[in-house]
Amino acid sequence: MMEITEGSHAVAEAVRLCRPQVVSAYPITPQTHIVEALADFVANGMLDAEYITVENELSALSACVGASAAGSRAYSATTSQGLMLMAEVVFNASGMRLPIVMSIANRAMGAPLSIWNDMQDSISLRDAGWLHFYAEDNQEATDLHFLAYKVAEDPAVQLPAFVCFDGFILSHTYEPVDMLTQADVDKYLPKFNPSEKLDASDPMSFGMYATPEYYLEFRYEMDQALKRAKGVIAKAGKEFGSLFGRDYSALIETYRLEDAETAIVAMGSVCGTVKDAIDEMRAEGMKVGLLRIRVFRPFPAEEIVKGLSHVKRIAVLDKNVSLGSRGGATAIEVRDAMYGSTIPVKGYILGLGGRDIRKKDIKEIVTLCERGIGDQFYGLRRELI
Amino acid sequence: MRELRIHGRGGQGSVTAAELIAVAAFEGGVFAQAFPAFGVERRGAPVQAFVRFDNKKIRKRSQVYEPDYIIVQDSTLIKDVNVFHGVKKGGIVIVNTEKKPDYQVPEGVKLIIIDATSIALKVLGLPITNTTLMGAFAAASGEIEFAALEKALRHRFPGDLAVKNIAAAKTAFDTVKGAA
Repeated sequence: MMEITEGSHAVAEAVRLCRPQVVSAYPITPQTHIVEALADFVANGMLDAEYITVENELSALSACVGASAAGSRAYSATTSQGLMLMAEVVFNASGMRLPIVMSIANRAMGAPLSIWNDMQDSISLRDAGWLHFYAEDNQEATDLHFLAYKVAEDPAVQLPAFVCFDGFILSHTYEPVDMLTQADVDKYLPKFNPSEKLDASDPMSFGMYATPEYYLEFRYEMDQALKRAKGVIAKAGKEFGSLFGRDYSALIETYRLEDAETAIVAMGSVCGTVKDAIDEMRAEGMKVGLLRIRVFRPFPAEEIVKGLSHVKRIAVLDKNVSLGSRGGATAIEVRDAMYGSTIPVKGYILGLGGRDIRKKDIKEIVTLCERGIGDQFYGLRRELI
Repeated sequence: MRELRIHGRGGQGSVTAAELIAVAAFEGGVFAQAFPAFGVERRGAPVQAFVRFDNKKIRKRSQVYEPDYIIVQDSTLIKDVNVFHGVKKGGIVIVNTEKKPDYQVPEGVKLIIIDATSIALKVLGLPITNTTLMGAFAAASGEIEFAALEKALRHRFPGDLAVKNIAAAKTAFDTVKGAA
């Protein structure tokens, strides 16, 4: 049913409908409203879960690791510094093949302290072996949680998942969302039934010592599982579409890209503004289109190459930066995917720490890209440098 | 697409007003989007909140720079913040004040002044003007029906508090309608 609600509350409701058995999180802006709502659900008897209050994020994810290893569906949520405090356990969760789902209300990394949005937090844990989903709007921020559990718990994957959505820009925005019912979600998402779990009557260990004779193969298996996740997302996303009308089988979305000469590649909520800017540029006769990356891990390299093969130039927007490199993570990976092609790939780092991104910025970037100018920070206030 | 920008001070309920206006607009079958100007909330500091209205899905995520409507909850902001910045020609500005304006709105913009603080003090017993100004906005803009606003307020506030806020909003609604 369509309802108008805050992004955080829509996400909390989606998580409730996924019937997690253990929730453990530590509040941090702009994630707080999600875990407040979940704590209310548990206290009011609307969610039959153990809500474990903890002293910090390291403990929150540790509690989820224990719960998941014992065979429970586990959930956490965080952002920014909170995610970094978890980092050690983030790698443990994937290495132990525990399909925990964690919401990230994306926020900039300090120092200097910023509570505002960019994607430096989750992108900095790009290589941790988690699935990475990025939402454009609150409908996706909601739906991707159902998909995330379905894919993460699939026996062919068995890896944890980040569901990322822009802090404040989505988490604190009221807009209409079509919310599934409990019956809908129960039909889509089966009970968590892992092949291996901690059981006192049948003892086993998770995350044990791996000597050099074994470690390499563990990493290989994780890499294979993450790559297999593509097929699992295709199937689970299609099933979601046939049941509820919104198809998430593709790792990317394209918008007016078919005959585009300039392609913009981006992730997250900025893509809404980009689509509006594209409509205006199209009306002026400019052939511009968008390729939006919804799933960053596994990385949709083949889909990107196929989607962009006909364009003349590519402008990649990044709300993150790999400092001291050629740019942001998306630009670097798109350029890698396009290796061997003669189509120029230009990266633009923008919107860091909550700097607003307007339609006119998108248009200016397209103009810069047409002139071959890129691989730079966009919108710098020169008087501050 | 029509856009509203609300200027207030931390504690005056600007963000709540934006949310409830969006809820009321959605109730009327409009696609609405409400969000705050993500500041660090401090009581008394200038804050902004935004609402967009459209007949189709709203994709734009930037802040509001060229509003059709502006609500100023506290007229003392006018000397500190350029609250009228970017307002569209034909737009409407609603200012809460008991004084005669010693400022000018841009040409072609309609100024509505209303003493929302006195209404709120009288009806709510508190100088919190957000719900009162929502009534004024409903009357001035026609973007939301009063019945939808009433429903949104009833949904947000418990029992007697809802009744009082609805009464405050209605007083402002009638005042603006009466002056039109």
